[in-house]
Amino acid sequence: MEFKKLDAIQKRILMEVADLHSVPEGAYNIRSDGQLAARSNSANIEITSKENGSGIDIRIKPGTKNESVHIPVIMEKSGLHDVVYNDFYVGEDCDVIIVAGCGISNCGGQDSQHDGIHRFFVGKNAKIRYVEKHYGEGDGSGKRILNPVTEVYQEEGSHVEMEMVQIKGVDSTDRSTIAKVAKGASLLVKERLMTHGEQYAASAYTVDLDGDGSSADIVSRSVARDKSYQRLDLRVNGNAACSGHTECDSIIMDEGRILAIPQLEANCTESALIHEAAIGKIAGDQLIKLMTLGLTEKEAEEQIVNGFLK
Amino acid sequence: MLELKNISFDVLEGHQEIGIIRDVSFTIPDNKFVVITGPNGGGKSTLARLIAGIEKPTSGSLFLDGEDITDKSITDRARMGISYAMQQPVRFKGIEVLDLLRLAAGKRVSVADACQYLSRVGLCAKDYINREVNASLSGGELKRIEIATVLARGTKLSVFDEPEAGIDLWSFQNLIQVFEQMRDSIKDSSILIISHQERILEIADDIIVVADGMIDRMGPREEILPSLIGTASAVGTCVPFSGKPASVPKIPTDENGNPIPKKNC
Repeated sequence: MEFKKLDAIQKRILMEVADLHSVPEGAYNIRSDGQLAARSNSANIEITSKENGSGIDIRIKPGTKNESVHIPVIMEKSGLHDVVYNDFYVGEDCDVIIVAGCGISNCGGQDSQHDGIHRFFVGKNAKIRYVEKHYGEGDGSGKRILNPVTEVYQEEGSHVEMEMVQIKGVDSTDRSTIAKVAKGASLLVKERLMTHGEQYAASAYTVDLDGDGSSADIVSRSVARDKSYQRLDLRVNGNAACSGHTECDSIIMDEGRILAIPQLEANCTESALIHEAAIGKIAGDQLIKLMTLGLTEKEAEEQIVNGFLK
Repeated sequence: MLELKNISFDVLEGHQEIGIIRDVSFTIPDNKFVVITGPNGGGKSTLARLIAGIEKPTSGSLFLDGEDITDKSITDRARMGISYAMQQPVRFKGIEVLDLLRLAAGKRVSVADACQYLSRVGLCAKDYINREVNASLSGGELKRIEIATVLARGTKLSVFDEPEAGIDLWSFQNLIQVFEQMRDSIKDSSILIISHQERILEIADDIIVVADGMIDRMGPREEILPSLIGTASAVGTCVPFSGKPASVPKIPTDENGNPIPKKNC
């Protein structure tokens, strides 16, 4: 199926999760309702289906620079439970952008679930930026469920930046991310999460800083509105002369609830680990300031939340 | 024109009502630059908050151009033309200086226009326009951005609560020039500043002295200022041990008298 044959809903979802308005440049793999919808390889990036059909392998040749891979997933069928294993093999000295994401449009009465298991094997001195967006829509009674698992294995001197965004429409999410970071490698994670209605979101990170000079900076910003619940579990293990920082910064509104569990384990006297966690409602002074600029209280609240999650 | 008529503001402390503002009446006419001064704890900031609508008076009324605004919200008053610069400006994670200036102007001001507001308060625009209004900014930087938001609004009444508080000497000199310029281009608007600074009092048309929640005295600068010099209500910029005013860096200005920002912009 060609990209252009995607229907209007699919195109809109693609825009939400991958910022794609048209066929992406470079390599891509689009999965729709559990099936391959479109794929393209580039000279340096090869995407192949796993033999058992459980997912795809993405191989990026050593030294590939300034290229991107898009692997969005779209789900429209109600009642579908899609499980997919995607493995990324990023060669030495690469510098690439990987855009993943899943959008569910569930207008039916049955639950739709996508569990994406992504593994990244990042070669020496390679640099990747990984962007993952989750989005849900549809007014059916069926739930939209996303349970992503991300595993990152970083070799010496590599640098991984991850942006994980889930702002709208996902009823339930249980996210697990683990990373193992070797000598001189660095990991930077920015997570943005907003829940509303009666949504539930859990996000757990376990980062092992295994090599001297390795570092991790895990920053999570979240907003829990209405009666939603979030559990944020950020753990960094310092196993060498490393530096790790986790930050969990949350706004609660309405009857939202959040449990933040920052954890640090220092297994080496040379490891330097810091965590910060803060949960609170929007400060009254922030609302007042924006109201003195002529915004209503509701507009002020929106501006503050939008800025916070930017 | 802003009019306060018999404004009182009480707070409950335990079971006792304490009068923070007691029967205060005054008028800020159009085209006037008015400074409120007086001892700390005298109720000056509370007056500014009452004018902005952040606090509601226990009794009395406020009028803006003859319209009763006593029951108007903060938002309504802002839209009617009252701007308010906080003594301790707020920080916002994720909101950039440009966003804040755009919200203040109420329209999509161009980057060039936004830069002008920043330059007027002595900030190198290109260094700040995309900075977040967060904890990475110093108190003085934040204060200048706060003043820039009021400039961007350009409303008929601008209220500044101790604009000089927390600002370093260089910035203070610059700030005086900002207020001098505002005074020169005041047409059909008015400015109310709460300040102890002699340099600001010196450019006032009228001075109101507030103490113990009441007006101690008010009138034209020439009448009031001499009695304030040397008291805590009119503090000099910086006086070294010799008793002579300290030399202060001269602010470079362009041909229009606008301060030229410190760095190469």
